[in-house]
Amino acid sequence: MSRVGRNIHVSVDRLRQLAHRDARPRKIKADAGTCPKCDSHFSADEMQRNLRVCTACGHHFPVSARERLEQLGAPGGYEEMWPDLRAADPLQFTDLKPYTERIAEAEKATGMSEAIVCADLEVRHAPAVAAVMDFAFMGGSMGAVVGEKFARACDRAAQRGVPLIVVAASGGARMQEGTLALMQMAKTVIALDSLAAAQVPVIVVLAHPTTGGVWASFASLGDVTYAEPGALIAFSGPRVIEETTREVLPADFGRAERQLENGQVDAVVDRRLLAERIGRVLHILRRPDDDGPTSTQAPALQWAQGGAQWMGDAVQALPRKVMDRIRPGSPDGEDAG
Amino acid sequence: MTAPRRGGGFVRKATGKVRRASQSPDEDLWASVQMARHAERPYTLDYITRLCSDFEEVHGDRLYGDDAALVAGFGRYHDRPTAFIGQQKGRDTNERTFRNFGMAGPEGYRKAMRVMEIANRLGMPVVTLIDTPGAFPGASAEERGQGGAISRSIQMMWRLDVPTVAVVIGEGSSGGALGLGVADRVLMLENSTYAVISPEGASAILWRDASKARQAAQAFKPTAANCYRWGVVDAVVPEPEGGAHTDHDQAAGILDQYLFRTLTELGAIPASERRRARRERFRRLGPLRDPEGGIGMATGRETPPPG
Ligand SMILES: [Zn+2]
Repeated sequence: MSRVGRNIHVSVDRLRQLAHRDARPRKIKADAGTCPKCDSHFSADEMQRNLRVCTACGHHFPVSARERLEQLGAPGGYEEMWPDLRAADPLQFTDLKPYTERIAEAEKATGMSEAIVCADLEVRHAPAVAAVMDFAFMGGSMGAVVGEKFARACDRAAQRGVPLIVVAASGGARMQEGTLALMQMAKTVIALDSLAAAQVPVIVVLAHPTTGGVWASFASLGDVTYAEPGALIAFSGPRVIEETTREVLPADFGRAERQLENGQVDAVVDRRLLAERIGRVLHILRRPDDDGPTSTQAPALQWAQGGAQWMGDAVQALPRKVMDRIRPGSPDGEDAG
Repeated sequence: MTAPRRGGGFVRKATGKVRRASQSPDEDLWASVQMARHAERPYTLDYITRLCSDFEEVHGDRLYGDDAALVAGFGRYHDRPTAFIGQQKGRDTNERTFRNFGMAGPEGYRKAMRVMEIANRLGMPVVTLIDTPGAFPGASAEERGQGGAISRSIQMMWRLDVPTVAVVIGEGSSGGALGLGVADRVLMLENSTYAVISPEGASAILWRDASKARQAAQAFKPTAANCYRWGVVDAVVPEPEGGAHTDHDQAAGILDQYLFRTLTELGAIPASERRRARRERFRRLGPLRDPEGGIGMATGRETPPPG
């Protein structure tokens, strides 16, 4: 495509984005299958097949914890660990609504018991324990249950001697649990050291958004840290910063691509390549004395063979704009983020 | 199920005071929040200069710069070397700006970690003094890794082999406070607060109305008495009649008694046991409903407080 053509394409996208920004309140009414960036529409089936990524523009839609686990390596289902732990209401907290009511609503709306799901998982034949957060459950906020489940997941990974995979998607500490929610930051950071004692790594995936007390605790302590494209990753959100310091922030403030430049994450990984990427790094990090199910063949060789085929297919399936970005020597997508 | 919390006789002595405070009406709660941020309240350096016979402040994180919102250094405390670290607020407009209202950035937490590492290597206890509305919310701080600086500070504090004591001396809000808060013992001054977020921040987020700070404070109940009951702090340090701001010398004198006693007690515990107990201490925090394990991993010595 000619340079002129590309420029026109970008500016049209920009205009669409701007138009949409103005119409933001209407987004609530819009179909869940409508891309907020390019207005492409997807059926529920398509969405699931696309891993909730817009095939036209690469926009990453939110993924529930359960679907994420299926995407990462448990398409046939998995057994959720400690699903019975429920939040208590230590402060008998009420803001605009009582906390207990908020929890009941979140349970009903999401069918989940809390903002995190933990399970044993195999990612591309590499065994692991996964702790996956769900933003739909009260903004993925971390209260005592999230802290406890996370800590148990760390212990379990250490005990099994397998890596921990964390997918973060959270607005931070759960305000409704007050000071005790703040303490979960310490609890989770301390629990991560169980892994250190067992000499197993932790892989962190930062989904949109990872902010506040979750970013300032376990989410920023990954041994390898991936971020999903466009994910907001920050301790203080843009609104708080603008209100406190009256700074005018760039549109891509705190976004994954920017945080990669800032040195805060190791890579920005398209969701469609995520499972492969995690599987690959787990194979690289596997210690020689570990007996995995694939140990009959050199893991690197096996990955190279299996992965090359898969990667080829995956790259073919990528939209043109993503391809432009991946191809060496091509100019960066202007409207990334 | 709940192991009795260590803390010694002085904790029990404080209980009477706590009981009284916990029965105070909402008006007193807001008064307490106000007093925690009183402009004349002693700040970190006010305490350090009174606690230590001599103090050498260090500057810079050796990576990027120095953060005046957080002071750190080595003091001579009861004729022993002791590391002191704390957020520092300013008293007049100039000083407030210079100290960035006690809101530390990543350089502050990295300077703190530098001092902790030295203290650990040289075998001296670490005392942190917490007084901050939160870590600095700024674009530059984010770019230089505010989140990672706080999480690593938490991690380093938990990993220290030396005795550690954290004292909430004024307002302790958000992860910015907890970044200095992971210690063997956490003390809290009678009129200080320890909360997940400042009342103003909470009111903007939860009530979507910045003027509901009072209501937010009442919902969070972040007083020393409540934090003690939740198991978040191990002892409440009394203040002079009328509050710490009325008499800095006396406030520092009382803190000295509690601090010295706590450090002496911690010094008698082997390092490995101290670390195990530190882990347990934080692992236990956070009540929840567990059908298998009965009601709640309880926290403090009492059930969570009623409103
Ligand atoms: Zn799209």
